[in-house]
Amino acid sequence: MSVTTDATALAERTRRRQFREKIVTHVCLLAGILIFVFPIYLTLIGSTHDVNTIGRGDVPLLPGAEAVANYTQAWGAGGGRYMGTPAGTMLANSLIMALCIAVGKIAISLTSAYAVVFFRFPLRMVFFWLIFITLMLPVEVRIIPTFQVMVDLGLTNTMAGLVIPLIASATATLLFRQFFLTIPDEYVEAAKIDGAGPIRFFIDVVLPLSRTNIAALFVILFIYGWNQYLWPLLIVNDRSLETVVVGLTKMIGTGDQQNEWNVIMATAVFALLPPVAVVVFMQRWFVKGLTETEK
Amino acid sequence: MQKKVIFKGAVLPYLLLAPQLLITGIFFFWPAGQAIYQSFLREDAFGLSVEFVGFENFLDVVRDQTWLDSAGRTLLFSGSVAVLALGSALFLAVQADKHIRGADVYKTLLIWPYAVAPAIAAVLWLFMFHPNIGLFGRMLNGLGIPWDYRLNGNQAMLMVIMASAWKQVSYNFIFFLAGLQSIPRAVLEAAAIDGAKPARRFWTIIFPLLSPTAFFLLVVNLVYAFFDTFGVIHSLTHGGPGKATETLIYRVYTDGVINLNLGSSSAQSVILMLLVVALTVIQFRYVERKVHY
Repeated sequence: MSVTTDATALAERTRRRQFREKIVTHVCLLAGILIFVFPIYLTLIGSTHDVNTIGRGDVPLLPGAEAVANYTQAWGAGGGRYMGTPAGTMLANSLIMALCIAVGKIAISLTSAYAVVFFRFPLRMVFFWLIFITLMLPVEVRIIPTFQVMVDLGLTNTMAGLVIPLIASATATLLFRQFFLTIPDEYVEAAKIDGAGPIRFFIDVVLPLSRTNIAALFVILFIYGWNQYLWPLLIVNDRSLETVVVGLTKMIGTGDQQNEWNVIMATAVFALLPPVAVVVFMQRWFVKGLTETEK
Repeated sequence: MQKKVIFKGAVLPYLLLAPQLLITGIFFFWPAGQAIYQSFLREDAFGLSVEFVGFENFLDVVRDQTWLDSAGRTLLFSGSVAVLALGSALFLAVQADKHIRGADVYKTLLIWPYAVAPAIAAVLWLFMFHPNIGLFGRMLNGLGIPWDYRLNGNQAMLMVIMASAWKQVSYNFIFFLAGLQSIPRAVLEAAAIDGAKPARRFWTIIFPLLSPTAFFLLVVNLVYAFFDTFGVIHSLTHGGPGKATETLIYRVYTDGVINLNLGSSSAQSVILMLLVVALTVIQFRYVERKVHY
């Protein structure tokens, strides 16, 4: 009798403790999420009010009625103290840049990894190491000389100049090499018996097998391309080639109170939306790609 | 490593490698070589003559008190960003790893900030903490705390640290979560049965098993804080007020692009390159030694 009541009491206590622990966990996670979501919420709200409400500093916590006007102005005309580049143009530039960088990196990394893994030729490992070493040379540490090369080649203020120098990729090459090494030798033998050459094998066997890796890399590289900052800042001063991340901070300038903050916030939403959407909708590939490429 | 079965081809492999190698050569090795070459030269003010000055550019950089100040500032900045971003990410990952309802929703909601560019993160923080238009900025001033990160150097530093760390948490979160999920449940359950309390389980089992991940992330976060935060600083404070938020990478930019002092800027670039090389080597050595615990 007393044993069972003790047991029930203990079970009850444990259940209560577990319940309390669960609540604490939920509260911690919700607090964490709030810290990340609130800045975006505030920006969304700001983009629905008129310029004076924000300029006065009285941003309410609920949406206003100016959303359509603000987003139309941002999309078509731009804002900021000087009339900036329209967000429509900047988004198109960012999109082209991000897509070209992602596709380009994947394409040349696929072919170079294929060469290193499936062929044997003089200087093979030298080439591999040359690609590998570029991991240690981020754009930021070679700004000035790279800029001079761009000037010499006449690539400043061109989309090609924005994209091509960023296409080389040691990480993508490493990832594909790693993956190609796991393709069983029997596949290659079977292909050879069937009379398929290296190009046939690449297109019919290797590419389909690499699908998930390509998807995962695409997400990461698209975001990498979209979020470029220093490079476009250096290479482009032609308004028609402005990308949205750089364009947005140019609109803000020194952060003057007189800025058209409502339009700036609408542009910020435009700048955020595409990469966030890519991460959210392709989360599975993205997490896989991230943890596998960088480790 | 090499496959046993391979294709024959004398030209094809070189053709396949050509695009990558061309781009790497033109845009990585050539400029990096130029940076090293220029770091030993000095141009006169009009760019008419160039002379070889040996290590003088480097010595000038290292002897320059303002550069040393930048270096110190960069250490403070990078350390703070790394500690903040790693600490909060680990905390959140431990919470999200528990068996609770809605864990997947929580994970999604904590992962998306990865997509936010550093410069955009800075803009979001500006909207919150601008002294005139920001909700919190005005609140602080309303409470009698004089807040203006455009005038107060410490506040500016705080702003760039917060915005930079905010952006990096989700990246760390993803890796910590993956690390936590790879810890065998049986080990944790055995410890629990032996009577180890959650805190003790964390410090004696989870944390040591996570240490390779944590170390890898520490290096990544430091590299991020050294280089990728250029966007945060450029859009938020432009290195100011004064030089209060001028990190080493920001200084390479101002000396090279704004002041056109090529020799000094190149020398600074070379110093930063050595730093990256050192960090990468440390990382690879450590990972190789430590990854098979």
